[in-house]
Amino acid sequence: MRNFDCDLHSVRELNQALHDVQSDGESFNVLNVKGQHALACGITHNINVSLQGHAGYYCAGMHQRGTVTVHGNVGVGVAENMMSGTVHVTGNASQSAGATAHGGLLIVDGDAAARCGISLKGGSIVVKGSVGHMSCFMAQAGTLVVCGDAGEALGDSLYETRIFVLGEVESLGAGCERKTSTAEDLSILSDLLAKAEIDIDPAQFAQYGSDKSLYNFSVDNAVLPEVSR
Amino acid sequence: MKPKAPGLVESALFDRRTIAEIDRAATTGIYDIRGFGAKRKLPHFDDLLFLGASMSRYPLEGYREKCATDVTLGDRFAKRPVKIDIPITIAGMSFGALSANAKEALGRGANLMGTSTTTGDGGMTPEERGHSNKLVYQYLPSRYGMNPDDLRKADAIEIVLGQGAKPGGGGMLLGQKITDRVAQMRTLPKGVDQRSACRHPDWTGPDDLAIKVIELREITDWRVPIYMKIGATRTYYDVKLAVKAGADVIVLDGMQGGTAATQDVFIEHVGIPTLAAIPEAVQALQEMDMHRKVQLVVSGGIRNGADVAKCLAMGADAVSIGTAALIALGCNHPNYDDQYRDIGSAAGFYDDYHEGLCPAGISTQDPDLMSQLDPELGGRRLANYLQCITLEAQTIARACGKSHVLNLEPEDLVAVSVEAAAMARVPLAGTKWIPGWS
Repeated sequence: MRNFDCDLHSVRELNQALHDVQSDGESFNVLNVKGQHALACGITHNINVSLQGHAGYYCAGMHQRGTVTVHGNVGVGVAENMMSGTVHVTGNASQSAGATAHGGLLIVDGDAAARCGISLKGGSIVVKGSVGHMSCFMAQAGTLVVCGDAGEALGDSLYETRIFVLGEVESLGAGCERKTSTAEDLSILSDLLAKAEIDIDPAQFAQYGSDKSLYNFSVDNAVLPEVSR
Repeated sequence: MKPKAPGLVESALFDRRTIAEIDRAATTGIYDIRGFGAKRKLPHFDDLLFLGASMSRYPLEGYREKCATDVTLGDRFAKRPVKIDIPITIAGMSFGALSANAKEALGRGANLMGTSTTTGDGGMTPEERGHSNKLVYQYLPSRYGMNPDDLRKADAIEIVLGQGAKPGGGGMLLGQKITDRVAQMRTLPKGVDQRSACRHPDWTGPDDLAIKVIELREITDWRVPIYMKIGATRTYYDVKLAVKAGADVIVLDGMQGGTAATQDVFIEHVGIPTLAAIPEAVQALQEMDMHRKVQLVVSGGIRNGADVAKCLAMGADAVSIGTAALIALGCNHPNYDDQYRDIGSAAGFYDDYHEGLCPAGISTQDPDLMSQLDPELGGRRLANYLQCITLEAQTIARACGKSHVLNLEPEDLVAVSVEAAAMARVPLAGTKWIPGWS
């Protein structure tokens, strides 16, 4: 375990140290992070990073492999465009948590604000609390699990992402509808709940997905008839 | 006796083109989607002229004396700024909108002339990286195909905030062009119309963007420059905010800039002409003491060396071309006229890039059509074109007495119309009058 004190070193030095790791398995304990931005972003090795305290914007951005645990709250865009690995936030997350994530798992123990999982592209997000409005806007693939409630316009302009909500949904966005879960859906949900150490029966969740009404433009063909001379 | 033929008067308001568009709208119930750029007549570089040297200026010998063309982009913060041999870059165009052969040809042509190409929506293909010595990676609102490994392979990152053809609008790639490979790159089902978002998913204003820039620099260990591309609208303010957010290079795309597909109403009615946008950008940079420190790359209607030289004289550090590069590859070439007519168009008019039926093999994903474009020949043609317009720009610069094309300046220019004089902020020819400014 390497200790790294952000009172003594800059974010640049922290990230360079994380990028310079040559082999998997190292662990970093980062102290005094004090809400700074872009902490632990761009990690490519299978390492463990613990951030002690609240983190600012884009914490663990574009994360690949490894695990980042934030012992506190996070700002905008935690784990944005994550490719693989795990990011775990023990507190709450601000807007756009897990935005455009292609893979990996983001776990938020508290609530996540607006646009959680926006443009999700294959990653998985588990929020133990509630999510704000426009969550999963234009989400393409992957899974969002919400153990609390969801705000307005959930899944607006959704493509193929699966959304599971245990509590209330304030409203659904354009092109989003309630779905009947298949065995495959429940298997995916069950697996994510287990990884997030949540003991709730998957069958209690309501599932939402795209009604596909926005998949293609609707073009009429109201041609005037030919006039014979 | 036959009655005299009535005088046939076509309405200026409801002319045949307008009537045809109303009929098309009534038939389909959907707006017209097309590619290319604005087709309307606008004040442009043709409305400017250079004041060649005579008694008061000393010209350089047109063929022999040195007139340098090299440009360095993004040397404010990056460890590895982009150094190009000519002041002309290839604009961002996506694999998906363009065929793999077209992307390869662009890379080959740019390499031959020592300049850069740019990715587009959908990410970076291995072929594109392989054939482009200097490759700018676009970071777009959709984040289709966005991969940090590719980000680290790039020579620069271009955050796309807008596009001249459709500032404020996202992109679209219609289902007919979505092959298995394109669908896989964009993580979407085959055949679905792919809407590219109009705003970024994880920041909402310039203060957030400044932090996003820091994140991108951190992920790339501050190696490469960060460009910001804006569609020309409120250019003065947008440039100031982009610089404040940390841009190393501003890419300014005027309303004549091309697109693969958007609504015709967007192309023709949103944004301001390139000519009007450049002085706004330069003023913003000068007021921040950032002119020539944050480089300005201008696109939107660049066709020849005179356009290049005029852009540089107005204060740009380089230009970027898209539509002209595709034409150099063979887009709208008369050789394909029969094929264009088979799909309801004609050589010189083709703009339905979104349909994927391009007979020149450029804006298509159909393997048979794509085979029409030989990427090696296309690369040679592009290089020839780039060489030609670089020579033209040098010719003008030498005539104005400049040993580097970047030494061209606004006082080398006059305008031949009141509108152009006002927009470009140069005097009307033969006067000292700059409408609105003097």
